[in-house]
Amino acid sequence: MHRLLPIAAVTLSLATSTALAADIAVEAGEGANERLIEALISAQPGDTVKIGPGRFEFTEGLSLDVDDVKVQGAGAGQTVLSFKGQTGTGEGLLVTSDRVVLEDFAVEDTKGDGVKSKGSDQITFRNLSVVWTGGPKAENGAYGVYPVSSKNVLIDGVFVSGASDAGIYVGQSEDIIVRNSRAEYNVAGIEIENSKRADVTKNTVTHNTGGILVFDLPNLPVQGGQDVRVFDNDVVENDTPNFAPKGNIVGIVPKGMGVMVMANRNVHVFGNRFDKNGTAHVLIAAYPNEYDDDNYMFVPRGVFVHGNTYGEGGFAPDGEVGKIITDVSGTPVPDIVWDGVTRIPEYFSWVNAEDQIYIDEAEGTTFANLKMISQMLLPWSTSPDTDISGYKGSLPEPAPVKLPQDNGA
Amino acid sequence: MIMRRLLAAGLLAAAAMFGGGGSAGAVSAEAILAAKPPKLLSEFGFFADGARQVPAEGVVPYHLATPLFTDFAEKFRFVHVPAGQSATYNPDEAFDFPVGTALIKTFAFPADLRAPDKNVRLIETRVLVRQEAGWQAWAYVWNAEQTEAELKIAGAKVDIAVTGRDGAPLAFTYAVPNKNQCKGCHALNGEVAPLGPKARNLNVSHDYASGAENQLAHWAAAGILSGSPAPADAPSVPVWGDTSAPTDARARAWLDTNCAHCHRREGPASNSGLYLTWGEKDRVALGVGKRPVAAGRGSGDRAFDIDPGNPDNSILLYRVESTEAGVMMPEIGRTQTDPEAVALLHKWVEEMR
Repeated sequence: MHRLLPIAAVTLSLATSTALAADIAVEAGEGANERLIEALISAQPGDTVKIGPGRFEFTEGLSLDVDDVKVQGAGAGQTVLSFKGQTGTGEGLLVTSDRVVLEDFAVEDTKGDGVKSKGSDQITFRNLSVVWTGGPKAENGAYGVYPVSSKNVLIDGVFVSGASDAGIYVGQSEDIIVRNSRAEYNVAGIEIENSKRADVTKNTVTHNTGGILVFDLPNLPVQGGQDVRVFDNDVVENDTPNFAPKGNIVGIVPKGMGVMVMANRNVHVFGNRFDKNGTAHVLIAAYPNEYDDDNYMFVPRGVFVHGNTYGEGGFAPDGEVGKIITDVSGTPVPDIVWDGVTRIPEYFSWVNAEDQIYIDEAEGTTFANLKMISQMLLPWSTSPDTDISGYKGSLPEPAPVKLPQDNGA
Repeated sequence: MIMRRLLAAGLLAAAAMFGGGGSAGAVSAEAILAAKPPKLLSEFGFFADGARQVPAEGVVPYHLATPLFTDFAEKFRFVHVPAGQSATYNPDEAFDFPVGTALIKTFAFPADLRAPDKNVRLIETRVLVRQEAGWQAWAYVWNAEQTEAELKIAGAKVDIAVTGRDGAPLAFTYAVPNKNQCKGCHALNGEVAPLGPKARNLNVSHDYASGAENQLAHWAAAGILSGSPAPADAPSVPVWGDTSAPTDARARAWLDTNCAHCHRREGPASNSGLYLTWGEKDRVALGVGKRPVAAGRGSGDRAFDIDPGNPDNSILLYRVESTEAGVMMPEIGRTQTDPEAVALLHKWVEEMR
């Protein structure tokens, strides 16, 4: 093969994959359960597992471990995989293979996470619906669409509702696009955690507790989340009380949070439309808990917020975080809030230019640096710095994320 | 499709050649190495008497010091290594078995859990076969007559009704795993791998037909294991129910077998940051003072995986006690709680400082 001219090699490989590709049709009805499980197990690279319209009821989670497979329903409103009677396995569908496309079906009422990929390269979630039909409840699964430890992640046109942690959650992954999706009535709409190079764009996040979270957490095998662009999203009316089970970090998010950046590096928030987020439209914060991890950076490094539009906000600050903010800032809470936490050595010297917080917004945008001294969220001053002009500047924007499965190789 | 058939034919031919090398006894090397698994368990030839779980020649029974809990099932384990070959000893991981090896495990329920040897009903036999391309995992479900077991790629559900350890009736639906679920636990760096046959868990005496003998010594003498040190120089875990052993070692042995197949740096739950292997030394990775990451309602409103001295604020206990999908750990392989294991872990966390 390697002696062939490159063009010939490409033609040949295309011909080969065409010859191998097969459609495995799974229609609803008698034994549909077992037929779908078998189809996902026996699929060969290149195959498409086509799930017909109708409702499919499962008592166990599904899984796919074959590379180069597409799993395609007849549409998120047509093909419904229901896990209401699930008695085994945490998630609805788990993918552990590479170059997999999941599209055009719905997953309902999983006991744990909805659709998960672990360790996948080139994983696409397209036009999926992942819903907990009983509305926001602590008993719902944690994540709706959940790629973790994955590379080249495309989430496009999905709808997620009811997740007790994050509707769309990307963890410990790299090269990520989340776009054209809608997340509502989750604790967090979209969360990018301990991940590198993510574009979150043209999504609508509404009626969640918090809209979009960009976090980095300690004691995980992959840390150092960085290079995230959150742009051209509608982040509006996030007004669902936090219903996360206690113990989970997302439990700290107050109702009415727009975008929250915590302990991440090089995060750019721009071109978004914020409106009616009752606690704050944008919060930039340090990790608030004690931790034991020498490799962890608990403060956000290099955040640039610019060119967003801000409607009414900060009118109903919620919970412990809301109280900590308003104790310093007063009500209504400014559009953009930074807790101001700085590492002690830097407090006595300076913060490098690339690690600073920059804000460049239209006239009239309000801001507060709460000047908290440590991650314990203790203010050292009762007078916040509200002079937004003092934070003017910019950071070089990360290059757009390109994915091989998105014509971007 | 034509290409695929050709490929399959090629593999079969290769298998036939291997088979020609010949292994002792009735075990079928062809069946072990075939690209497509046999439909019937008997085609492997592992048993002289399947119903009584009497192994064929070249099939060696073994047991683990601390086994996985699977809804109180009794387990019969066997290993077959091709004649003239041997597994390579490893002090920490499952041994490196040669191509043609089969690991066989039958799950069974006695009518009364208090009398494990009487009225035993075989449910399923799981087979891990070592092929050129790696390990393959298959599950065979026994018929009611107990004369044959049939391949079930998509798994199965079997209703179990027995008398429990407390003397009360115990009924539940036992789950035979599908092929992917096998890999849900049997995965190391994304590849299918054996879990049980590790030095530390085999380093105990076994009652062979010829008498009691340490398993590592027996395997070495039988020529199926090479490079093994004397048992005294090999690592060992306690029998987790042995109350004469230290609580810490018993609990760690239990976690090692029941959790660490996923909860290790190379395992399916690597992203959790919770690592429960026997050799783990990082206290936070072991869960001490570690906050949950993706637990969701699995946290049970508790703040830490392990809160020393406070088992009732420890997520680990909550998830081991639960039988609810999405909460219980392990995620698959059980529908029941093991009260003795819960009691041990409770004591362990309570005594922890």
